[in-house]
Amino acid sequence: MSTGAFAAQGADLELVGIQKRFPGFTAIEHLDLKIPAGSFFALLGPSGCGKTTTLRLVAGLEAPTAGRILIGGTDVTDQKSFQRPVNTVFQSYALFPHMTVLENVAFGLRRRRIDEPVAKAHEALRLVELDHLAARKPQQLSGGQQQRVALARAIVNRPALLLLDEPLGALDLKLRRQMQLELKAIQEEVGLTFLHVTHDQEEAMTMADTVAVMNKGRIEQMGAPEELYELPKTAFVANFLGQSNLFTGPVVGSTRDAISVGVAGHNIVVPAARAHRHIGEVTIGIRPEKLSLHLSAPADDAARNTLGPGRVIDVSFSGVSTQYLIDVPHLGNLVVFAQNMGFGPVADEHAEVWVSWAIEHGFGLEDEPGDTPKFESDTTTRSIAAQRRASLVTELEEI
Amino acid sequence: MKISLGRWLLPVYSVLALVFLMVPIVYTFIFSFNDSQKSNITWRGFTFDKWLNVCNVQNGAVCQAFSNSLIIGAVATVAATTLGTMIAIAIVRYRFRFRSATSLLLFLPMATPEVVLGAGLAAQFLSVGVPKDMLTIILAHTMFCISFVVVTVKARVASLDPALEEAGRDLYGSPGQVFLRITFPLLLPGILAAALLSFALSFDDFIITNFNSGAVTTFPKYIYISAARGIPAEANVVASAVFILALVIVVSAQVSASARAKRLAKD
Repeated sequence: MSTGAFAAQGADLELVGIQKRFPGFTAIEHLDLKIPAGSFFALLGPSGCGKTTTLRLVAGLEAPTAGRILIGGTDVTDQKSFQRPVNTVFQSYALFPHMTVLENVAFGLRRRRIDEPVAKAHEALRLVELDHLAARKPQQLSGGQQQRVALARAIVNRPALLLLDEPLGALDLKLRRQMQLELKAIQEEVGLTFLHVTHDQEEAMTMADTVAVMNKGRIEQMGAPEELYELPKTAFVANFLGQSNLFTGPVVGSTRDAISVGVAGHNIVVPAARAHRHIGEVTIGIRPEKLSLHLSAPADDAARNTLGPGRVIDVSFSGVSTQYLIDVPHLGNLVVFAQNMGFGPVADEHAEVWVSWAIEHGFGLEDEPGDTPKFESDTTTRSIAAQRRASLVTELEEI
Repeated sequence: MKISLGRWLLPVYSVLALVFLMVPIVYTFIFSFNDSQKSNITWRGFTFDKWLNVCNVQNGAVCQAFSNSLIIGAVATVAATTLGTMIAIAIVRYRFRFRSATSLLLFLPMATPEVVLGAGLAAQFLSVGVPKDMLTIILAHTMFCISFVVVTVKARVASLDPALEEAGRDLYGSPGQVFLRITFPLLLPGILAAALLSFALSFDDFIITNFNSGAVTTFPKYIYISAARGIPAEANVVASAVFILALVIVVSAQVSASARAKRLAKD
């Protein structure tokens, strides 16, 4: 596989009981993962969660402490990096500065002694629309162009598995969106298996068929983007993938279809099928954009949960939508996203408001309440710092 | 008043400094054309004889000393550059026991006075019973050049992104291919600089050489010895030729580099 022919198509990747320890800390606790051939799989998590280590293990740049790695059914755990049918698009692109763009792309082909390396390299450059710059050196290209060369250099080898290590991280927002679409189109065109590592939840959700959310060296939840977003299993997923309003309370009643949770004097109903735990203390949640804002107490409706009255403490306008922060007594702060259907915000600061949502939009988490860490919405510096601190603390405890 | 002072002070100072630096070189160059007899101290008239018959004086002692220096410089440079590059890569890339001790010890030959190094080496060669000849000079030069090579190449290795070598391995390059096609070409400027430095250090080393050379005469040693009874103009010829050669190399490198930069800018 290492020399000679191209891979006919993408191959399955299977990680069995992978563990990786570095001197002083454990990067990956225990990881089992199966990525079907031809899929676009995203590994999503904050920095330090073990996702890049996972990628390096698959690429053969690190050796696992325990466990096996299988590509297309073949055990490659003991193969060296250059023997594996895998190619990587590095975060820093890692283009060879002393070679032209063309030689960069042809490098892998030449090492494997594949016929007509130059013609094939030109073909790959045409795919990323950079063939006219083939004679340039990498440092003469813009960031986006370098990124595309790095991609061409990897896919020209038709690896069974293509690894992407936050390859869009260094690009500005607009270019990133454009590259996301291009990457997705190329993946569909060449039919390879893509394993994409990122901390950008929007990027993961836009591009991947399947997203695995990773935290502290474990996979918290795995599934299609819609599934993860609409029905998060843990508080970490609920807050890392978008934002959530979470409430904790005891189950005070349950029917075949729904459970009722007592939260600060309100009964909140969650469909039983969407709740992971049906007895005892539970944490339930609702996405901010599912909430409706009312300026007067809404009429009782069996199909909706209502909370209030509360007070608007912050209004931030972001063009498409407005984000309201509402303080509900004994409940804490609620976040509400409202589409700007009319002009300007619906409620002003200090206004008295009620919120409601359709019962079927709520979800119940699997976590034990109490150990639900309240994360910041997504990848803000503060939340990453908090996660780093938490991981350092566990690290120290291990020693 | 103030302005005119500032306007004149810097140019005058610069010219004086340059003159001060250049006088010995210009003197050496001019006196290589002196029609000297026994000593080359007073000007006796212009001639090309010394340049044309540089190897004919004193049975070619000048040229013999010069070629000895070239051979020693070349061998010591190759040996020191090879070993020093390997040490530099090891120190930057790998974590091993006594790594920082190695770094420190490599610094010692640079910090130790040459007289001490030379005398110490001479004593060791004597006690081991190695006769002093070209080989002992080469060993001594290789030893002190390694330190300079390590320092120069280490900086280059440290600035080399490890991801480049990882990318090479990822793209089916075996360890040997990755070194040959990625690591080595990227380190080459540092290695060349180190080699030039080694050669220059070896070529004009006198103190350590004098202790360890026995009967072998290198160019600096020849000049030192003949200084007692008057340096022949042929020595000026060799010195001037070396200077001009170095100048030509530096200037042509600058010109080709600026031409390349212009070409890249135009693309």
